[in-house]
Amino acid sequence: MDFSILLQDIPTLLVVIIGVPAVLVAYIVGGEYLIRRLPDENRPQVRPWLWVGPALVIVGGILLLPAIATVIQSVQDNHGNFVGLQNYATQLADFPSGGSWIAIRNNVLIWLIFYTLFVLAFGLALAVLFDRVGYETLVKTLIFMPMAISSVALGVIWKFMYWYQPAGASQTGTLNAFVTFFHHEPVAWLQDQWPNGIGILDNLAVVTAATWGIVGFSMVILSAALKGIPGELLEAARVDGAGELTIFRRVIFPLMMPTIVVVGTTLVIFALKIFGEVYVMTNGNYNTDVLALRMFNLLYLSHNNAAASAVAIILLIAVIPVLIFNLRQFRAVEARR
Amino acid sequence: MRSSSLIRAVVVALAAIFAAVACGTGGTQSAGSVKVIAVWTGQEQAAFMAVVKPFTDSTGIKISYESTRDEDAILTSRVAAGNPPDLAAAPSPQLLTQFAKQGKVVALNDAVDVNALQQSTAKTWVDLGEPLHDGKLYQIFSWAAVKGLIWYDPKNFSAKGYNVPNSWDSLQALQTTIKGAGTTPWCITVNSGSASGWPASDWLKEIVLSQSGPDVYDKWVAGTQKWTSPEIKQAWQTFGQILGPNDANVYGGSQYVLATDFGAVGTPMFASPPKCYMLNQASFITSFFTSANPALQAGTDFNFFPLPDLSSQFTGAHVVAGDSWSMFHETSQAKQLIKYLTTADAQAIWVKRGGKLAVNKQVNLNDYPDVLSKESAQIIVNTQIAKYDATDNMPADMRSAAWKGLLDFIQNQSKLDSILKSLDTVQASAYKS
Repeated sequence: MDFSILLQDIPTLLVVIIGVPAVLVAYIVGGEYLIRRLPDENRPQVRPWLWVGPALVIVGGILLLPAIATVIQSVQDNHGNFVGLQNYATQLADFPSGGSWIAIRNNVLIWLIFYTLFVLAFGLALAVLFDRVGYETLVKTLIFMPMAISSVALGVIWKFMYWYQPAGASQTGTLNAFVTFFHHEPVAWLQDQWPNGIGILDNLAVVTAATWGIVGFSMVILSAALKGIPGELLEAARVDGAGELTIFRRVIFPLMMPTIVVVGTTLVIFALKIFGEVYVMTNGNYNTDVLALRMFNLLYLSHNNAAASAVAIILLIAVIPVLIFNLRQFRAVEARR
Repeated sequence: MRSSSLIRAVVVALAAIFAAVACGTGGTQSAGSVKVIAVWTGQEQAAFMAVVKPFTDSTGIKISYESTRDEDAILTSRVAAGNPPDLAAAPSPQLLTQFAKQGKVVALNDAVDVNALQQSTAKTWVDLGEPLHDGKLYQIFSWAAVKGLIWYDPKNFSAKGYNVPNSWDSLQALQTTIKGAGTTPWCITVNSGSASGWPASDWLKEIVLSQSGPDVYDKWVAGTQKWTSPEIKQAWQTFGQILGPNDANVYGGSQYVLATDFGAVGTPMFASPPKCYMLNQASFITSFFTSANPALQAGTDFNFFPLPDLSSQFTGAHVVAGDSWSMFHETSQAKQLIKYLTTADAQAIWVKRGGKLAVNKQVNLNDYPDVLSKESAQIIVNTQIAKYDATDNMPADMRSAAWKGLLDFIQNQSKLDSILKSLDTVQASAYKS
């Protein structure tokens, strides 16, 4: 390896190695010094701000300010002239196939519903089933492993899984090798807009890949919730003569509900901001576009910052109800304690 | 005493870093370096490294090279962040022209002797390097490729007694003959990540230029020729005849065309028995042929003929393309590298690696590694109507909409009218900014 690039910019290197820690230490030591000079009764009010201050500055600087700038840019054209809601009108024009509608449809109807349901259902099923076997740790580790794979690598792996060769040629893609074994015509999973050009099949193919990558996450959290259910409750239900299915339906599931809702809302947010898998596997072609990818393409391919900002805000508006619901749920759980 | 041993450790670590820094700067008499971004990976990257090796050897200037397949996004964000590379080479001059308009790139007139460049290079390339028409050179081309070459396997042709077609009609006739023998005549594959669809756009550009001539072509590039106009629509329909009704002329049908990477286009042609007999791709495709199967020999295993003229009015028309360079930081090292890249010495190394043609006319034809690249180099020299790749010179919005439109067309040719209409909508807005 050639490390000479590290030495090209020595002042920067020194600032990073010495400057940053020095500033942090000075801030803490200096701040505490000033607070000690304050009257006793004021110290508890001031001290928290000293410690959350850096975090507030960073959140404000790299989250809040850019968000406000994005809102402003979304009501301007690319030369900074105010144009009102015109960018939004363009994105929402020509329903159902123009503007951002395909991306909105895919995010809301396909990703939000199928991705969330798939991940929750599989996660729950795996958590409950593995709870009953002796080799639980081993299989859970295996199921969790794809979480360590980046969405790009995941997309590449699944592209190989979906590889298509014409009928008659030897199929190198795992799925097509499987379907042709049963004398079915090979399927171009990522290009086939079944049914009727609407594009459910290719979207679900990407959703399936993404589900594989994240299902370990929901399984682990749901499994932890499952283990938190007291054994006496299950025993009492069994004594009362309940079958295992009834126990799951009437005891386990209601007790896990708060956790399921938290995992579910997290997944909804994941579904709305999905990007990497689509970017790698289809690049939004064949009716598989999603809002995050559309924003990326508008920004970097079209150099249309105004339109990209409008899409970003549409995405933000879509996420806000979920966030509010998530916060309410959180508060409800807190109140129950 | 935990705290004092911690402090001691920190002091030792800092001392070590300072020592390393001191040695690093004192030890080498550095001539500086040039940061370069381009799309080349694998074989192409190796070729570029071979090109710059003599430069580094003689000047001591190091090249720190970074490659990306999503160059538009990487360059745009780095330029916006004020952290561009010193030099960038892009397969689409449109991106670099955009930066020239924004004043983000430095004119190369100081680095390159423009008069000498005009001596050594065909006028097309110098004109393309001055996209703002303000007398300033913003781009130079390091190599070129001829588009619209039809590749075939001569052994397959002679086995079946097929002749190389010399007119559009005989190409159509050959197509019918091959189909009659129960094989598909063409191989087409268009998957290419975020640029999927461009190989199909090569077909379209070649057809437009040869069918309707340079004026229509130029207006089309400039955005004043509507996609729904009869000339452009006719070109799409001609491409549709190549694909055949229900893609019957193409190996694997539309699903295979869309699902397969452009670089793998030749694989079925070299299969035994061949699954297709012809494919249309620029001269660079030979490096994909030989990297997939090193035993293939140019001339005996693969050869090409230019796409026959579609109209007697515009004979010998060809679409050309190439990777162009721009400079973002004016450093003396970057200027030296730019100057070096225009020389015949540098470009000769590139062409020797195969697949690339020099834009510098002083590169000796004997430097071309095989008879085929020599022939395509002669095409560049002899072409009567040479036009630069149309979609690569359209605004990025228009270009990606055209690629997407072609994907839709391959999937369902009956949608042509609605595809062209939506391309007109994009055309109306894409050229404004």
